Amino acid sequence: MVQIKRLQEDGIDTLAVIGEIDASSSIELDLSIAKSVGEGFKKILVDCSSLEYISSAGLGVFMSYIEEFKDKGISMVMFGLNEKVANNFSILGLADLLHICGTKEEAKQLVNELSI
Amino acid sequence: MNYRYNIGCSLSNLKGIREFIRTSLDDYDIPELEMSAIVLAIDEMCSNLMIHAHHCNPDHKIELCILEPSSGELVFEIVDDGNVFDINAFNEPKMDNLIHEKRKGGLGIRLVKSIMDKVEYGSKDGKNVCRLTKVFKKDEQ
Repeated sequence: MVQIKRLQEDGIDTLAVIGEIDASSSIELDLSIAKSVGEGFKKILVDCSSLEYISSAGLGVFMSYIEEFKDKGISMVMFGLNEKVANNFSILGLADLLHICGTKEEAKQLVNELSI
Repeated sequence: MNYRYNIGCSLSNLKGIREFIRTSLDDYDIPELEMSAIVLAIDEMCSNLMIHAHHCNPDHKIELCILEPSSGELVFEIVDDGNVFDINAFNEPKMDNLIHEKRKGGLGIRLVKSIMDKVEYGSKDGKNVCRLTKVFKKDEQ
């Protein structure tokens, strides 16, 4: 069960992911990111501070956008991952392919730098 | 003692599977990071089976069994009577290819093989048994 709250400020769309993402709920994440892209946002932050669990279904959603973001000049930065969630990204080597920061401030700074 | 859990093949039951594993192994002092990786691997195996062998039919049942933990290893058995979904028969797709093709799937098998030390298939009483073994190094216990 996952809930995703979106908040837009300073041209940045922040998706706060709350709960657990598995094969039953990864579609929610996919739809939220697609919506943000569809609305034309070039800077996306994903707030993972309330993300308690993620399985390959959720990891796959993030991975599936890597090329599209590159093509469209969209930057996405994630922040606030707890140790267990971060480990799931690391097992697959995804931590090196995505932009992951500790805090919201760092993520904001990075997403702005990447968009220059 | 062994721990058993019978589940209908609905993806909404994955959360229950994760809770069952954590609750059953609560007393065994498994380091948290290790535990969360094990939970992830079993979640991946069960969701693969539900989707590919049972088409998410909630009337189809699978059984998850955790064998009495012995020193140094943990063994899980997943029993079902669908088509065998042998992850050893699948070549792991390369990450570069997955990214290039914008695919969302294909990561689960890679995760299970990274986390578990052995994945074996057999049959018992006419049913498929998938046996997953996790070996703990001495300093992880």
